Amino acid sequence: MSDITKQSLSELVENIKSKKLSSSEVTKAFVERSEKSKELNVYITEDYANALDKAKRFDEKPNLDLKLPGIPMAVKDLFCTRDLRTTAGSKILNNFVPTYESTVTQNIWNEGAILMGKLNCDEFAMGSSNETSFFGNVQNPIDKNLVPGGSSGGSSSAVAAQLTPITIGTDTGGSIRQPASFTGTVGLKPTYGSCSRYGIVAFASSLDQAGPMAQNVKDCALLQDVISTYDEKDSTSIDFKRNEYGKELTKDIKGKKIGIPKEYRVDGMPKEIEDLWKKGIEYAKDCGAEIIDISLPHTNYALPTYYIVAPAEASSNLARYDGVKYGFRAEGENLIDMYEKTRSEGFGAEVQRRIMIGTYVLSSGYYDAYYLKAQKVRKLIKNDFDDAYKKVDAILTPSTPSSAFKIGEKTNDPVSMYLNDIFTVPVNLAGLPGISIPAGHDAKGYPLGLQIIGKAFDEQNILNIAYAMEEKINFQNNITDWWIK
Amino acid sequence: MSIDLKTIKHISKLSRISVDEKKAEKLAGDLNSIFDFIEKLNELKTDNVEPLTSVAETTLKLRSDEVKSKNLRDQVIKNSPKENEDYFVVPKVIE
Repeated sequence: MSDITKQSLSELVENIKSKKLSSSEVTKAFVERSEKSKELNVYITEDYANALDKAKRFDEKPNLDLKLPGIPMAVKDLFCTRDLRTTAGSKILNNFVPTYESTVTQNIWNEGAILMGKLNCDEFAMGSSNETSFFGNVQNPIDKNLVPGGSSGGSSSAVAAQLTPITIGTDTGGSIRQPASFTGTVGLKPTYGSCSRYGIVAFASSLDQAGPMAQNVKDCALLQDVISTYDEKDSTSIDFKRNEYGKELTKDIKGKKIGIPKEYRVDGMPKEIEDLWKKGIEYAKDCGAEIIDISLPHTNYALPTYYIVAPAEASSNLARYDGVKYGFRAEGENLIDMYEKTRSEGFGAEVQRRIMIGTYVLSSGYYDAYYLKAQKVRKLIKNDFDDAYKKVDAILTPSTPSSAFKIGEKTNDPVSMYLNDIFTVPVNLAGLPGISIPAGHDAKGYPLGLQIIGKAFDEQNILNIAYAMEEKINFQNNITDWWIK
Repeated sequence: MSIDLKTIKHISKLSRISVDEKKAEKLAGDLNSIFDFIEKLNELKTDNVEPLTSVAETTLKLRSDEVKSKNLRDQVIKNSPKENEDYFVVPKVIE
């Protein structure tokens, strides 16, 4: 079987279960392709030798009842992996080797998958282009010098380039859905509380969620099945009845009510995005869904709210990096001097900027004006969704206000970079599930995504809508392997 | 609203991040443009709105207080940039 890396996760699982392929053959194929793809810079840490060894051991005693039997997988370097360096894309964690495993990755290994390595990401997941990583930017396999989105840019690039059959990312303000949209792949941000945050390097704890990134909707549902579990190690993990997302997946969405929020028609949105959205509405109708106009009046306030809440939580989460217990240390004349130099040299510019914003909005005299205000507006944003869901089952929007941009194009203007997340951020603030599916191309041939937002805990419904629309859209990713010499 | 260099230096102290003049100026510029953007929230009246602190509407679960993890002292200490036997080492604090 030649084109192993072209197969979807479901095909690979099927082929391993029916013994047409061994885990070693599959792992070797993805390792070889990864080795030929160094130019994309998707890996921070490679663990190929161990992966091949684990695959061999799997084949000696295969357990074919597992959901991911002997499937190799690289994961975002924000998930702590026991005994394998975990950097969060930062110099300050350059040498950090966790003594514990994140619950989400543990769930994946428990189902038989094999770790191939750790994927590049924006430093502490703060970025929309993977350019803030200490380990350098990632190339989008769609075109040279194009960003893969962020912060899960190594993950999106690796899935699109077929260096891993599937992967996981994390999404605080769009970090799964925006890179999925930029690379023509599928990314799901689950409901807050669906996947455990235990062992994920923390950015903004009231917003962070892990989720699957895949070539197609079915694979995404299969992985969501594995990673979504109640976990007592995460105090905000929610004990609700989870579906068997893969098994229950259906294209029958007849009569589903899908809302179109008028506030997402933002000023200066390219016509291509507007056209894509209109096409999406037609696809949804073709699938038997009913389209209903809705209003989410506080949409325009979501980004300013996010840029108070997320940095505030980040400044407090990142206080732990002090050069004492783990990670990088710069020498100083005294303890305070050591702290200040360690953090100044160990964190990159974007992370420092966000720590400073967060510290400022939480500082004495400003807390009410900024942080409390933002929490109140966050409530209004959530109320908008609650009201909308009295009338509709799901909401359809574009995933991003543009296609992928060039490396370096937005690095000097933080606000223009932040605007990338305008359609994804409200979903995190309200704690809802959202999925981005590839839905078309712009004039340059770059992929564009549509986002389907669901009610809390209603992942199955948005997966079903995505599954039905995916068939109508019939998207083809134009990847030429230009980086393979 | 404007964040001046004095404020930047104050925040940098609170953040435990050292900044020199050049970096302070760059940060002042960036933070001012970000706060201009954030000021939009003042358009909204929120006097009677309850702040949303968590979207997870659950009460914290209780669990029994028992040690579950193994003793990982050696591995934990190994991650430290500077250690002496069983201790983390920091610059001298008390003269």
